[in-house]
Amino acid sequence: MNVTQAETSMSLPTPGRQPTLSERMPAPPPSPTIAIEARGFRFSYGATEVLHGIDLAIQRNAVTAIIGPSGCGKSTFLRSINRLNELIPGTRHQGDILVDGSSIYGRGTDAVSLRQRIGMVFQRPNPFPKSIFDNVAYGPVLNALVAQRDLPDLVEQCLRQAALWDEVKDRLDEPGTSLSGGQQQRLCIARALGNQPETLLMDEPCSALDPIATQRIEELIDQLKQDFTIVIVTHNMQQAARVSDYTGFIDSGRLIEFGDTNQIFTAPANERTEAYITGRFG
Amino acid sequence: MVMVLASTVVIAVLPLVFILGTLIVKGAGSLSATFFVASSVPAGQTGGGVGHAIVGTLVIVGMACLMGLPLGIGAGIYTAEYPGTRLATACRFVADVMNGTPSIVIGVFAWAWIVARQGHFSAYAGSVALAILMIPMVMRTTEEMIKLVPHSLREAALALGYPRWRATLTVVLRTALPGIVTGTLLAVARVAGETAPLLFTALGSQYFSLDVSRPMAALPLVVFTYATGPYQEWHRLAWATALVLIIVVLVLSLAARLATRQRYQRN
Repeated sequence: MNVTQAETSMSLPTPGRQPTLSERMPAPPPSPTIAIEARGFRFSYGATEVLHGIDLAIQRNAVTAIIGPSGCGKSTFLRSINRLNELIPGTRHQGDILVDGSSIYGRGTDAVSLRQRIGMVFQRPNPFPKSIFDNVAYGPVLNALVAQRDLPDLVEQCLRQAALWDEVKDRLDEPGTSLSGGQQQRLCIARALGNQPETLLMDEPCSALDPIATQRIEELIDQLKQDFTIVIVTHNMQQAARVSDYTGFIDSGRLIEFGDTNQIFTAPANERTEAYITGRFG
Repeated sequence: MVMVLASTVVIAVLPLVFILGTLIVKGAGSLSATFFVASSVPAGQTGGGVGHAIVGTLVIVGMACLMGLPLGIGAGIYTAEYPGTRLATACRFVADVMNGTPSIVIGVFAWAWIVARQGHFSAYAGSVALAILMIPMVMRTTEEMIKLVPHSLREAALALGYPRWRATLTVVLRTALPGIVTGTLLAVARVAGETAPLLFTALGSQYFSLDVSRPMAALPLVVFTYATGPYQEWHRLAWATALVLIIVVLVLSLAARLATRQRYQRN
């Protein structure tokens, strides 16, 4: 039922811009510093195009924040990276996104294996109605990442990484849904880590949480960037300024500005970026 | 206003109370150990029981479940997972029509296609008729319950690299399971009390039998035969059998209620 068309496996240059050298080169070797790269990426729901050609390089082991007003396409972009948007009937894309230098639409990549390498945390905590242990073990068991006897160790490691272990170690067999909202969201992070991904996509992970739970998640993001590449979509500009190293501002389906977070928030080059971060619109 | 509404409630539940009361008054006295295990005795003699009909109902309804549940649940999963397809729309329409079809029509259908062709009544013809009754009920409940599973759960499974079919089987179906069990139990309770489809198919029998290719007794058929019969003794047994039947249906409904409640507690 998927109408997504891989019209061009090679990149499609944005109109009005000369293709850069890297775009004309076939399949470059994985960059040591760039984890994800979007090239002229366009995305449509039915007849409505919501992304009009995004060019963006996301640094490895860093936190990249995507900000922008509601409906600007920032979540669509995030959900394109693990091809989760394709499940909606009638979607189409053009251009390309490279993960570790190879196209997510390439012949050797299918959406299922891609999603195993890229973890995702959603806006609302969505633990499975299973035990805390099973929530974390769910991914590794499917993907046969570890032997059965190593599973408890992996679950513990993921829960520690998600800063949840001390709160739940005595009740791993209780349902994940019995935890508080903030704990549930950390459980969802642990669940994503269970697949041992390289990248974590976070779609407004704190918007359903109270300030204290938000602070815990933000601290956690800071720790996780040691081991993971993190892309976080947020409509909270203070949060973007606090947690991210790089910030991209998307408005009406276009990447308006991208750069170092300090620079974006202190000396934005584009006046629309400035208008947005100073709260004049959005 | 409240008084008016409250009195409608009282009037609405009055028949249930009255039915239960009558059945207990007229039937409870005849309930005994013999009643549950013994088969019928020839007309004119006293005693006897409905053991053969209890077993018969279990066999006929059990076989109906074996046929109807996989088909109903499978079709329900399909219509919930691929809601926009032409097949799903057609399936839903047919199920709604079948849900409204009088059960005697389905009995006549099973008679024409199985009994008349084979030239003899059989328990499995009855099971087929009951299965046909169950399928649309089970299918619609399964579909509704799967639709209630939050989309975010499905997305969570897919984002972990689950192929769609595995996400459906492990997360979606498991989450919807208590609701599906409830719907299934209600469907079983409903068909267990059906008389009309069995009249032309399983026919009923005075004897204990496990041969599904022969006529077989069933509780509703016993009630029908005994209640319309000429003997006082039969009427007594009919009341008691009706009581047993309504208890079976009540127990199934309570079990369904229990399965639902556990679900809410877990969330």
